[in-house]
Amino acid sequence: MSACSVEVDRNLCKGCGICVSVCPKNALELSPNIGPSGYRYPVLKGECIGCKTCTLYCPDFAITVVCDEGGGQG
Amino acid sequence: MRRLRKHFSRKYLREEVLPTPFCPGCFNGVVMNVMFKAFEELGVERLKGYVFVSGIGCSSWIPSPHIKADTIHTLHGRAVAVATGVKLAKPNLNVIVIGGDGDLAAIGFNHLVHAARRNMDLLVILVNNLVYGMTRGQASPTTPEGMRTVTTPYGAYEPVMDVAELIARTNANYVARWCVANFNQLKNSIKEALSKHSKGFRFIEVIAPCITYVVRYEGKTPGQKIKELMKVCRPNTETPYGRIGILKAEDKPGYLDRYFEYVKRATEGDKGE
Ligand code: SF4
Ligand code: SF4
Repeated sequence: MSACSVEVDRNLCKGCGICVSVCPKNALELSPNIGPSGYRYPVLKGECIGCKTCTLYCPDFAITVVCDEGGGQG
Repeated sequence: MRRLRKHFSRKYLREEVLPTPFCPGCFNGVVMNVMFKAFEELGVERLKGYVFVSGIGCSSWIPSPHIKADTIHTLHGRAVAVATGVKLAKPNLNVIVIGGDGDLAAIGFNHLVHAARRNMDLLVILVNNLVYGMTRGQASPTTPEGMRTVTTPYGAYEPVMDVAELIARTNANYVARWCVANFNQLKNSIKEALSKHSKGFRFIEVIAPCITYVVRYEGKTPGQKIKELMKVCRPNTETPYGRIGILKAEDKPGYLDRYFEYVKRATEGDKGE
């Protein structure tokens, strides 16, 4: 069970896939579903270690990381 | 439904204008994240005392309308000239110019090079997307030789202008060049230019290829390009975009130091002998 997960603001995400590409654990994929802005948004498919690389590189300020214990905001 | 967590950059943004007008995957957004992370690590929670000045072009949209601070969106190429005026009128403000290669290195290069010569107390961030992106991808002075653009379908044939090296040859105090994929190094450079080396002219070039008119023409996705740049842009090496790293870091007196010294000499001279 992964202790960390991601939250995506689907109104901001433009489905660019940068988060999917930079994730060191290859834990993300673009959902087959379309968000309210007409783009496919990322969803977790593997284990997230809470490194926040996706957050740092997301050009649309859309993806954040939440971890169960300690740290993990932002 | 529970409210979503906010991305760390959003405290520095005028949230009512989001989403940005940039293309999906545009590296301008990554440059914003790097800059905001630098501010966060410097303990700057609100951008009071900072003025952001930009001209015309895609990256000139980074400050205005997005950044929650004083912003001035000026004429094409004239951001450095306006920023110089702001700094001279209000020396206590931190003045930051953000612009692209078309704005700062083409039409506005005269202002850029003379502000550098004067060691004017400004931080200039050049977001080099390698083309004139806003007008649909024509070759610019920084287009690498051989690169295909809409105006150079057989590859760019003009010799490229290495802006960071040119500015490093002037009297500027601090010059660095990083790729948008060098997140930490770029962030540290911005921090240095706002703290340790906060005087004089500070110039940081960021290689951020236009997603639509460079990266898409290469047949790559934004994600593939950023991974490629992570491999190519190793510090202190030559790359197709020039030498990556800190090219210069000095602490000479800035323009304002010299100016106030001059004023002092002039006024004391009046009183004296
Ligand atoms: S990097 Fe950001 S905008 Fe791009 S797909 Fe991921 S969450 Fe969406
Ligand atoms: S926090 Fe790290 S491991 Fe988790 S999804 Fe983002 S990049 Fe991947």
